[in-house]
Amino acid sequence: MIWLQLFCTFFLIGLFTFGGGAAMLSLIQTQVVTKFGWLTEAQFTDIVAISQCTPGPIGVNCATYTGYEVAGLAGSALATFALVLPSFLIFYGIIRLYNKYHETALFGDVMNGLRPAVAGLIGAAALILMFRISFEGGLLQIETIKENFRDWSSWALMAAGFAASFFFKINPILLIIAGGLIGLIIY
Amino acid sequence: MTGSKVSLFSIFAVFAKIGAFTIGGGYAMIPLIEAEMRRKNWISEENMPDIIVLAQSAPGILAVNMAIFSGYRLRGIRGALAATLGAVLPSFAIILAIAALFSGIRDNPVVERIFRGIRPVAVGLILVPAVNLARKGCKKWWAWLVLAASLAAVAFLKVSPIYIILVTIIAAATVSIAKEAREKR
Repeated sequence: MIWLQLFCTFFLIGLFTFGGGAAMLSLIQTQVVTKFGWLTEAQFTDIVAISQCTPGPIGVNCATYTGYEVAGLAGSALATFALVLPSFLIFYGIIRLYNKYHETALFGDVMNGLRPAVAGLIGAAALILMFRISFEGGLLQIETIKENFRDWSSWALMAAGFAASFFFKINPILLIIAGGLIGLIIY
Repeated sequence: MTGSKVSLFSIFAVFAKIGAFTIGGGYAMIPLIEAEMRRKNWISEENMPDIIVLAQSAPGILAVNMAIFSGYRLRGIRGALAATLGAVLPSFAIILAIAALFSGIRDNPVVERIFRGIRPVAVGLILVPAVNLARKGCKKWWAWLVLAASLAAVAFLKVSPIYIILVTIIAAATVSIAKEAREKR
């Protein structure tokens, strides 16, 4: 059963990812953390961090890691295979569709619609790593995820990481290493 | 491109090299794949942007799509397989080693302190592509509405991102077709 769930999960992730690895994070997160509980929020955040400083596509990193946590070596091979498979099954159709439609207004309009939706998905991925959000008895409950954000110093680190990457284009690997060093010193 | 056959192993090797040395996911791989394919004379200048646009508009992992389309152009379906294996294997092996190592040391207090510092930085880094994409993709007011709706649906209402993607494609296609029909009349 776990094999089938693992396969279906990563097959769906491979099939519905548009716009690169970051867009995939909210998809992986809702499946792996929220739906199946294979990983905790802290574990998922650790994988995201590790992916940002190891080579290769983030999606493959997440699939390999999650598969290993759930079912060892065979699990990681199955998850990675399932992730890549949809691209193989549909690529020929994609080439033909692309050749037929890529100069039409329809293609451009769909792509223009997907871009903001994907930006929202990435934003949601970041938000879910910060807060546990739920509706209990019709009331909105927002609770900070303490494993990721223990106090104000965590928020300062997040803001500094964002600013250093966004405004000063500092290499993400250096920022992850700096975060680790600061954590070692102040916590 | 069919005159002299490119060996499957060399296709594998090129993508393995790129897969092993690019950090930061698919977008970071594009210029490397481009440079390597040109250096080997595998592809002409005018073919390359085509592969990039194609890989970006297809669903799936960008690096895998690039590998499939480039490999397919060089040696058909077997070329696509060789390229994909090359792009995926290095990170598979590296993450496997890290996962095996990490599950043994995660509870170590020193490691825990390091990751307490790393986690918020990693979250901050996720926000960067979100803001970049929002600035690039939100030229009209309705785009901000789409962004807000997609963010709220996933974060607050726990809607699966799969539905967001499907609904967006269907809605955008419907609006586009309706617009065209109205212009024709």
